[in-house]
Amino acid sequence: MSREVVPSLIGPEVVNQLAHDIAEAAPYLSELDGATGDGDHGINMTKGFSLAASRVDASSNLSACLDVLSGTLIDDVGGAMGPLYGVFFEALAAEASGHEWIDAATFAAMLESAVRAVLEIGGATLGDKTLADVLIPSLDDVSTRLAAGDPFDEILVSMSATAEQSRDATKDLVARLGRASRVAERSRGHIDAGAASCAVILQSLAVTLRRRLTVQPQI
Amino acid sequence: MQRVINERDHVVEDMLAGFCSAHRDRVAAGDNPRVIVSTKGTQGRVGIVSGGGSGHEPAFVGYVGDGMLDAVAVGEVFTSPSSRMFLDAIRAADSGHGVACLYGNYAGDNLNVRMAIRQAEKEGIRVGVVVANDDVLSAPLADRHLRRGVAGEILMWKVAAACARDGGSLDDVLAAAQRAIDATRSVGVGLSSCVIPAVGKPNFTVEPGQMEVGIGHHGEPGQEVVALEPSERIASRMTSAVLGELDRADGTALVVLVSGLGATPVMETYIAYADISRQIEATGFTVHRALVGNYFTSLEMMGVSLTVMQIDDSLARWVDAPADCVSFQGLGA
Repeated sequence: MSREVVPSLIGPEVVNQLAHDIAEAAPYLSELDGATGDGDHGINMTKGFSLAASRVDASSNLSACLDVLSGTLIDDVGGAMGPLYGVFFEALAAEASGHEWIDAATFAAMLESAVRAVLEIGGATLGDKTLADVLIPSLDDVSTRLAAGDPFDEILVSMSATAEQSRDATKDLVARLGRASRVAERSRGHIDAGAASCAVILQSLAVTLRRRLTVQPQI
Repeated sequence: MQRVINERDHVVEDMLAGFCSAHRDRVAAGDNPRVIVSTKGTQGRVGIVSGGGSGHEPAFVGYVGDGMLDAVAVGEVFTSPSSRMFLDAIRAADSGHGVACLYGNYAGDNLNVRMAIRQAEKEGIRVGVVVANDDVLSAPLADRHLRRGVAGEILMWKVAAACARDGGSLDDVLAAAQRAIDATRSVGVGLSSCVIPAVGKPNFTVEPGQMEVGIGHHGEPGQEVVALEPSERIASRMTSAVLGELDRADGTALVVLVSGLGATPVMETYIAYADISRQIEATGFTVHRALVGNYFTSLEMMGVSLTVMQIDDSLARWVDAPADCVSFQGLGA
């Protein structure tokens, strides 16, 4: 028997990759936000993730690094995204705690806990045109594939694809929550900015985890 | 756009530095630099806290002071303060008698306040909230809980702070704030867009020759876009929007607040007030007190907002109670 795992030492790399990917996507995120909101989503996200990256200790494990990211988003960012992503990473960190190696089952448990935390505080459900429309299908996909016994690598590839598809599908939805709900019908035809940043985050996590996947013989 | 700034990503910090320096007799930054606290303290009474995004100056910082807010959380431009900022404002305003957190109805603020309260309660601080939803054209009356909070917040703070000063308990203060906002209606008319400094371009437009009726404080679309009209007609649209939901049987005395949205010359706020007050009186209401000027703005948006509060004797007494903060003075003082 063997299993695919990533070492918890990848913490700093995870946060740095997130900061990089968010900064790269910032103009796109702001553009999407400008259609129904005030066009600063990319700017605020970049500020928060870059600040977190600068605070991460290079020798910290995954749980500790995600805690720093969560703390920064909750304490310093504000808006709706600060607390939503703050609790997301807080829950990821809590579930990762104590694991020297992260396998597919641990990752699925982390994601499940994180998605639950976001839904609980944000109050969104499927179809409200928010980041929940990316989180819920992505988690479902991960859980289904884990149950089917798919390899960790394939689970991550599939999660990325699902995140992207579900992000694009928010285009046809009408916003029912958040600032975009103020423009309701006018939001149709635009991808939701929160759904887009959420896809960036899930894809970024998948990229770093896949890069560091190793096969560990199981005793 | 030409601006008097340094770093566009640092405008909030730079503004607060100037504000605290200019008004150091009345305010100071807290341990958290995004929390501005009154130098008067809250010993022996309920603390009053608010907060919101920047770009609405003099809201929220200008209302910190004696007889008004004890502490405010200051967010990025048009962005809710973080839960930590709200929490630190709540901590600063608590002297053991509880804190009333009175803010406007926006998704980000609701989330951050909720998280802040969760933590404050763990620390043994009693906190209650009242959420302002005075913007009549942001949602139908049946969905009042979805309406945004705008300049009516100022009158809500004034009433709640006066009640706290009278020795009211936390429940008394919250009830007074709720009664104040329930009796308050606002509407805005926008004649031009505004630009968040860090974004550098407008995210909405109001075409030349047009105006948006019911526009939000962040440029949220209003009820309709129509051809620009003279002040008299604008006043008539605004007056009927706010008075339409008030029943004269509940009292005819109003507090009337007319605010420019940032780019409006003060001269024009008085032109609007002249028309508004005439029309209000023509409908059988009377103006108990008028506030005209720049009270709650949206960066450099051109336009005006109208807020009315229908008062009874106790609301009148609290509105008229003394207050002394940077942007709200002289009432009954």
